[in-house]
Amino acid sequence: MNTHVKPSKLIKGATGDWEVIIGLEVHAQVTSRSKLFSGASTLFGAEPNTNVSLVDAAMPGMLPVINAECVAQAVRTGLGLQAQINLRSVFDRKNYFYPDLPQGYQISQYKSPIVGEGTVIVDVSPTEQIEVGIERLHLEQDAGKSLHDQSATDSFVDLNRSGVALMEIVSKPDMRSADEARAYVSKLRTILRYLGTCDGNMEQGSLRADVNVSVRRPGEPFGTRCEIKNVNSIRFIGQAIETEARRQIAILEDGGSIDQETRLFDPGKGETRSMRSKEEAHDYRYFPDPDLLPLEFDQAYVDELASALPELPDAKKSRFMKDYGLPAYDAGVLVADKETADYYEAAVNYGGTKRDPKLVANWVTGDVAAYANSVGLAVAQTHLTPAQIATLVDLISEQTISGKIAKDVLAILISEEKEGDPRAIVEARGLKQVTDTGAIEAAVDAIISANPDKVAQAQAKPTMLGWFVGQVMKQTGGKANPQAVNELLKAKLGI
Amino acid sequence: MSVDAVTVRKIAHLARIKVNDADVPHLQQELNAILTFVEQLSAVDIEGVEPLTSVMPMPMAKREDVVTDGGIPDAIVANAPVSEDRFFVVPKVVE
Repeated sequence: MNTHVKPSKLIKGATGDWEVIIGLEVHAQVTSRSKLFSGASTLFGAEPNTNVSLVDAAMPGMLPVINAECVAQAVRTGLGLQAQINLRSVFDRKNYFYPDLPQGYQISQYKSPIVGEGTVIVDVSPTEQIEVGIERLHLEQDAGKSLHDQSATDSFVDLNRSGVALMEIVSKPDMRSADEARAYVSKLRTILRYLGTCDGNMEQGSLRADVNVSVRRPGEPFGTRCEIKNVNSIRFIGQAIETEARRQIAILEDGGSIDQETRLFDPGKGETRSMRSKEEAHDYRYFPDPDLLPLEFDQAYVDELASALPELPDAKKSRFMKDYGLPAYDAGVLVADKETADYYEAAVNYGGTKRDPKLVANWVTGDVAAYANSVGLAVAQTHLTPAQIATLVDLISEQTISGKIAKDVLAILISEEKEGDPRAIVEARGLKQVTDTGAIEAAVDAIISANPDKVAQAQAKPTMLGWFVGQVMKQTGGKANPQAVNELLKAKLGI
Repeated sequence: MSVDAVTVRKIAHLARIKVNDADVPHLQQELNAILTFVEQLSAVDIEGVEPLTSVMPMPMAKREDVVTDGGIPDAIVANAPVSEDRFFVVPKVVE
């Protein structure tokens, strides 16, 4: 647990500083073809009650049989969170009533979860890294979905999601700001996507968070916490924390006290409000599910899964820093999305020759990412190929084109010649940098003789050189080698 | 261990069973009789004995991750008192 108070994280109240304490319970939908205890499909968006077996509808006499792949996915996730894997765990019934829970209980894990304590390393900013402890991860069933807007008097229930496997990943109360919580969820999502254990798609509800928030004066014991249920985007998680912390501080500063309760975040109104109906539901009367035996496996099974894990973001980041000499920040940006990292590596090593890794990183995280962002795609989803970017970088490194012309070539690749070869484009459009000093010299001489007044100015004030460089570049269509232009101008102007 | 009238009402509410006030004393008595019967178990010394969650000395059977079920929406809602467009329809529940 982080006991060290970071002054930059404190919130200023009317009567002094407050520290916000945040813990998250993230519900991540396990990537599997079929459900946790039945053979019905997990596909999103099916017609109502189509992906439902009699087990999911809790028809009398139906018995759950566990999906081996869901178990493997939970173990992989535990390994990715550097967590304790429990070789024996137990499924319990969590009893409560709701129309989209036909069993009247959720099969979950209470006292003996499949995964115990672990750690996630989180980059909060280019200069700040924190460790967030994982308390546990357990497997449980998702509930169905209730639709309330179909009728004024009735709710409509669709059980397609009922019984889909979820991993509930519980963090320790180790976060101290909305930024830290957002960064933690982003990192968790990156790890899950690398592992292939959850698609992390928040729009489809594959990743949702319950946020526990409390406030205290620095150095004091934890305050009473409130739980904000079912926040479904990283942006809303941040907003919910800030809103709730402010609400609690206002109450405490007015001499009031916080009631421990479950609340909902309303992004439209920018407020959290109490879910009164849940008060009593906390009496879940857990007991071991008599329909299921304890979940047991041996260390060899865990080791086998561990040996087949892909390279994870932290390891990839270290490797990028070591092998490609990238700064931590660039490496972090590249590995945040696995496909972007693969794209980057494909570009660096394209054609079996290694090119300037930093220059490739600049292009991938700069102009290419900016374009991808503008069309709402990930870098690897754009039509721009690693080969095109690699060739563009080669052209710059060979001094065939300048960085500025390279941007023009990229624009051509984006809009006109989507499958074009940058080298062919440069050739066909005559964009090659002029390194022939004779041609550059002619342009320089022409500019100098046409602007005697500017020459005098430049000799008095050498920063005027930029104007001459600009004119020469204009005259040569941007194709003159900027370094050669600079040198010639300096020599001719005598500065 | 025994239950009082308040606990009986709470248990009934959690189980969504409607209990008339007149039935509470009777149910309280029944529940307490059951608890007293089960209480005999506390006479057994279970020091160092693992909780037994199953009497089957066998590993739990597992299923392959294959879609083998579903596609029967009409059968799923067939017994519902009210359904519409293959949805279950229930009295409105909103937070």
